[in-house]
Amino acid sequence: MTYRRRVSPLHAARAVAGIAWCAGLGVAALLESNPIVLGGVIVAILAGGAAARAGRELRRALWLAIPLAMTVALINALVTRNGLTVIWRFGNLPVLGQTDVTLEATAYGGILGLRAAALVLCGVLYSVCVDPDDVLRLLRRWSFRSALTATVATRMLPVLLRDSTRLAEAQRCRPGPPPGRVALMRATTAGVLDRALDVAAALEVRGYGASRSREAGRPAGGGRRGRPWSRHDFGFLASGLAVVVLAVVGRVSGLAGFTAYPSLHLNAGAGTLSLTAGLVACALMPFADRRGIEP
Amino acid sequence: MSQVVISGFSFSYAGSDRAALQDVSLEVEPGEFVVLAGVSGSGKSTLLRAVSGLVPHFHGGTVSGRVSVGEIDTREHSPGDLAAQVASLFQDPETQIVMGTVRAELAFPLENQGWSEAAVARAVEETALALGIDGLLDRSTAELSGGELQRVALGATLAGRPSVVCLDEPTSQLDPVAGDELIGLLRRLNEDLELTVLLAEHRLERCLGVADRVVGLDSGSVVFDGDPTSFLGWAVKAAPALATPGARLLAGAGLRPVPGVRRARLAMRERGALRVDCSLSGRSAPQTNNGRKEALKVDRVWHEIRNGPAILRDLSLEAKPGERIALMGRNGAGKSTLLRHAAGLLKPTRGSIKTPGRVALLLQNPNDYLVHEHVSQEAPAPALERFHLNHVSQRHPRDLSGGERQRLALAIVLGDPADPPAVLCLDEPTRGMDRRVKDELADLLKGLEITLIVATHDPEFAALFADRVILLGAGRIIADGSPLEILAGGTYFATETARILDGAALTPDQGLELLRRQEVPA
Repeated sequence: MTYRRRVSPLHAARAVAGIAWCAGLGVAALLESNPIVLGGVIVAILAGGAAARAGRELRRALWLAIPLAMTVALINALVTRNGLTVIWRFGNLPVLGQTDVTLEATAYGGILGLRAAALVLCGVLYSVCVDPDDVLRLLRRWSFRSALTATVATRMLPVLLRDSTRLAEAQRCRPGPPPGRVALMRATTAGVLDRALDVAAALEVRGYGASRSREAGRPAGGGRRGRPWSRHDFGFLASGLAVVVLAVVGRVSGLAGFTAYPSLHLNAGAGTLSLTAGLVACALMPFADRRGIEP
Repeated sequence: MSQVVISGFSFSYAGSDRAALQDVSLEVEPGEFVVLAGVSGSGKSTLLRAVSGLVPHFHGGTVSGRVSVGEIDTREHSPGDLAAQVASLFQDPETQIVMGTVRAELAFPLENQGWSEAAVARAVEETALALGIDGLLDRSTAELSGGELQRVALGATLAGRPSVVCLDEPTSQLDPVAGDELIGLLRRLNEDLELTVLLAEHRLERCLGVADRVVGLDSGSVVFDGDPTSFLGWAVKAAPALATPGARLLAGAGLRPVPGVRRARLAMRERGALRVDCSLSGRSAPQTNNGRKEALKVDRVWHEIRNGPAILRDLSLEAKPGERIALMGRNGAGKSTLLRHAAGLLKPTRGSIKTPGRVALLLQNPNDYLVHEHVSQEAPAPALERFHLNHVSQRHPRDLSGGERQRLALAIVLGDPADPPAVLCLDEPTRGMDRRVKDELADLLKGLEITLIVATHDPEFAALFADRVILLGAGRIIADGSPLEILAGGTYFATETARILDGAALTPDQGLELLRRQEVPA
């Protein structure tokens, strides 16, 4: 799940536009609680990912996002005491105490799960579609520490993926029962720290952070970063902003209202549907323009 | 004026009682090509890190004395500040590549130094042309092979035209061809640009021929400082683990050791010792052990990657019980893939693999096997005893030396001696090892009395343990025969002794035996 330049409008856009688009959808997922709108946001992410040729990565991410969403929903249902409609009485459970599962807590858990899934998918889309080298240059102009953290994290991912594959292979080569999960987790953590040190040492000797002049943030030349802003840059930046504006409007106006406690209230009228359709359309519109998307 | 001045420099890593460097004093002139020689743990890497400023700024620890590069004191300036003067290249190319494309990687250190856009673009193009990587400029770094990655990392190191370059075993992960190319490239840049090179390397036979000077280190102290010829003379007597095979051969023949195959051959020719009769060397076909059931049978195996190339192509191989096979070939030839298939980690897309028992596989990095808190938890007691690890059974596995960790990983994959595997496969077991540890490993493997298949880039190591050598190329077997047949011919997959003696012998001991039988005057 790492960045690779593909032939898509999102990959053709500069980093700031890609970040704005992904962040816009993330903000919409955080602001909206109506399940119809949240579903629309997830549809927009999945459709955008498919249009950006990142469908395979998003499908793999769903294997993480769906169990995560279900876990969040389950935990909320078990630990939240709010809501009037009891659907299951577990009685007095150890640690949890008196546990009555309510319809409202279960539904709100589902909303939280959907939101978590949307954020996971946004993160995957960002890492697959936004050029980390561009992000590094972008951040370095303003915040050295943020850029360093982002760089180490981004560069560590492929290294750690290779390391974990090797570690798993090594454990398969052991005769007898495999080592316990705790032992493996400890070894993995130790390996991560070693690798992070190696990457950080490489950054140090390449002079990272030695010069923070404005020149340092400029590109090597000849690349697309040196070009004027393209239609795709404007398109995705505008799309991200529009998604945020729509989400804020929806939230402030109560157009897509949803309350879970004390009893469920879901606004599923024309306003909600219009807002959802608007969000999806705004998010996907920049993908319609496929001119000039080759690297 | 000296380029690098080290005066009375001592350093201990944080939490360590032992000094990694002790009272080291050196002066390196501009344009010198200096090789740092020493066994593992002698302080080579620490010395390079002291020159680049990583010691003490990055690693911490206790420092005394002074290191300055071009009059910049490393104690007062961070590695980032020194980056314009000193560039560093480490062993593992994967952790040194920090950008997504080759062009961005080469530009990265220059942008960090605040170069103008035009200057960066020009330097990137020139560096790429100089290193022959101009065709890779717009490739993703994730798609590059190990050799290409190391070349790109070297490019990023040299793009800013540093005056000093520190290289810590840069060829340890490269095949012999790529390793020799890298050393040749360094020499050319050293001569063309008056680049000062500090190179730490275990395979000294590969680099002494191009070096101006050798600094020998032992337990953190400088024990030798002189030209390569004097170094070899010193090493033969005082530090045999550092003597190259050629030096041992020449010294054994009563000649003065000299670096490089060409000079060694000249010395031998002058003494009339190059007229060796190859028939004396016992050239023979590999033992086939006819009649004995094979320990491993690889039958027309293909490994094809979806939407990618075929890594193994119709490969067939039979290993007889007790055979010791060295698997050689360039990076990407399919050696590691073949071993993974043998051990059942991969399934062939076509063909089959049969074995009457378990196939144990020791992968490249022994640390990947070490997951417990104590050595005793890693492997059964009889296995630890077999590899002489009882005395460290209560220590943490990662506190062991490199050789001990290798033996522990072997104990893990072999398991209880009462239930031995049919075949033991090892993938590049000598990576980063010094000669002494390699010799110990070769002796250990020979003593196991088990079918061995070892993928290695090191012809000297293959000559020590193997009774059959298989050369892979592009997923196929391109040569299969006795070590003398395979390792004696050619240039890259040949031992230094074989290259000096026209392929009549593989190791210095064999060469000396041959010379004795021919009664060459000593």
